Amino acid sequence: MRNILPILTVVFGLFVIWYAGAVYLNSNWAYDKAKRANVELSFGAMVSDTMVQEKPRLPPPHQVGAEIWKTTGAMVQRGKAFSKRSLIYHGWITLSSTVLGFVFGTGLGILLAVAIVHSRAMDMSVMPWVIASQTIPILAIAPMIVVVLASAQVDDLIAKGVISMYLSFFPVVVGMVKGLRSPDHMQMDQMRTWNASKSQMFWRLRLPASTPFLFASLKVGIAASLIGAVVAELSLSQDGGLGARMLVGSYYGQTIQIWSALIAAATLAALMVAAIGVFQNVTLKKMGMAS
Amino acid sequence: MSEQPVIKADNLSLTFETNDGPVQALKDINLEIGKGEFVSFIGPSGCGKTTFLRVMADLETPTAGSITVNGVSAREARMARAYGYVFQAAGLYPWRTIGGNIRLPLEIMGYSKADQTERVKQVLELVELDGFDRKFPWQLSGGMQQRASIARALAFDADILLMDEPFGALDEIVRDHLNEQLLALWTRTQKTIGFVTHSIPEAVYLSTKIVVMSPRPGRIADVIESTLPKERPLSIRDSPAFIEIANRVRDGLREGHGDG
Repeated sequence: MRNILPILTVVFGLFVIWYAGAVYLNSNWAYDKAKRANVELSFGAMVSDTMVQEKPRLPPPHQVGAEIWKTTGAMVQRGKAFSKRSLIYHGWITLSSTVLGFVFGTGLGILLAVAIVHSRAMDMSVMPWVIASQTIPILAIAPMIVVVLASAQVDDLIAKGVISMYLSFFPVVVGMVKGLRSPDHMQMDQMRTWNASKSQMFWRLRLPASTPFLFASLKVGIAASLIGAVVAELSLSQDGGLGARMLVGSYYGQTIQIWSALIAAATLAALMVAAIGVFQNVTLKKMGMAS
Repeated sequence: MSEQPVIKADNLSLTFETNDGPVQALKDINLEIGKGEFVSFIGPSGCGKTTFLRVMADLETPTAGSITVNGVSAREARMARAYGYVFQAAGLYPWRTIGGNIRLPLEIMGYSKADQTERVKQVLELVELDGFDRKFPWQLSGGMQQRASIARALAFDADILLMDEPFGALDEIVRDHLNEQLLALWTRTQKTIGFVTHSIPEAVYLSTKIVVMSPRPGRIADVIESTLPKERPLSIRDSPAFIEIANRVRDGLREGHGDG
């Protein structure tokens, strides 16, 4: 715990910058108001005004904090945790499509990696497409995926999962191809001396050797999956979700709402990455590969 | 059985195609290894000693001539799991315990669970690692890891053991100890051993037959039948017979270099 002081110092610094930014960016509006009311605004009065505006350009931390509390903890206290105005409700929607997309993406990624490692034709033909797929902005394809899947009577949740998958399968393919190829010549020769079959080589050598690579990929993949879910919610905003909150907030200039949804999404991502980290530590320790 | 050689190379040559043109790694190798022999291959780097061992193991394919292992082709012998192979590095899987690593070839070859457990126990005793089966490789020293890898090669029923500089990365003291253990092991198991090394004392101390090789192209310069008794304490290395054989090996190595 001797890291606690440096960590707090950094956090404190971030808050200072945030507050300074809020004062600077919101001051225009405060001066405008004072000018129209024909009042002379002192510096102190200006600063206190920038802290409490209804639609600030950059909401200060305490306003965002209050909004988050109002839409989470306070609603839990009133027994309305899953009301449509609660961030818990929207976070849950985002979480479900994130997890669905993550599961799709991880599955697809591993399957592609296995095929690529075992077949030279797959390696040469599929890998370029995998890379090309990531050069297309997800924002551009998301609405098309929604339209196509909706016309095929596919559930919205699945559609959002597919969009998440589009982002999350990529790090898994790249990481797993590298991981499955990580056994060196000697280890492969060793297997040959035992006349091991291809599937034995896969299950007993390639797959376990790729585990550390898999976890690194999963961490990137789940974060990408969340971004996919948020983008998907922009196209399917009628279903709610953190992305929908951001979209609605931007329609009405509700910056505080946008920022609280942003912070909620970031927190969600951090929690999921941490959860994978715990799973990674437990697994690698069990495998005797903890570093 | 005893008159048929375990390994027989007939005019064996191997040429690697590289970007800089063909490289002749082995040229006109003729050699017979009898059952229960301990044969060392010694020579400077590039003499093809490791390549020759890999040809016996069907990890390389000769471009001319032929090789038989146990009377069949090297490939058939590999399919029949006729040999255990010990590499320069121990190559234990970090995610398996020592016991799990030794069990690996047994699992692949389909031995029964009970048989696996029994064999792991046996070979661990053989290499004096009993009690270490639940340890992970990183918990063992380099010498112990190499012993575990030898145990792994001994665990299944193969009467040939091929070893490629197994003690090359270990220090002198550990090496002496492992050499002693290996001799004892060979006496107990009656295996035919092919052993690649670049240490003259190691080759002379261990072998019944020393194959001296020379480079460019890799070929056999001399084959020396050891006159040392089967029972060999470490002190035998000071005996006149030992020194005489060592000198002959040294001469063979020098000659190989002279016309190269």
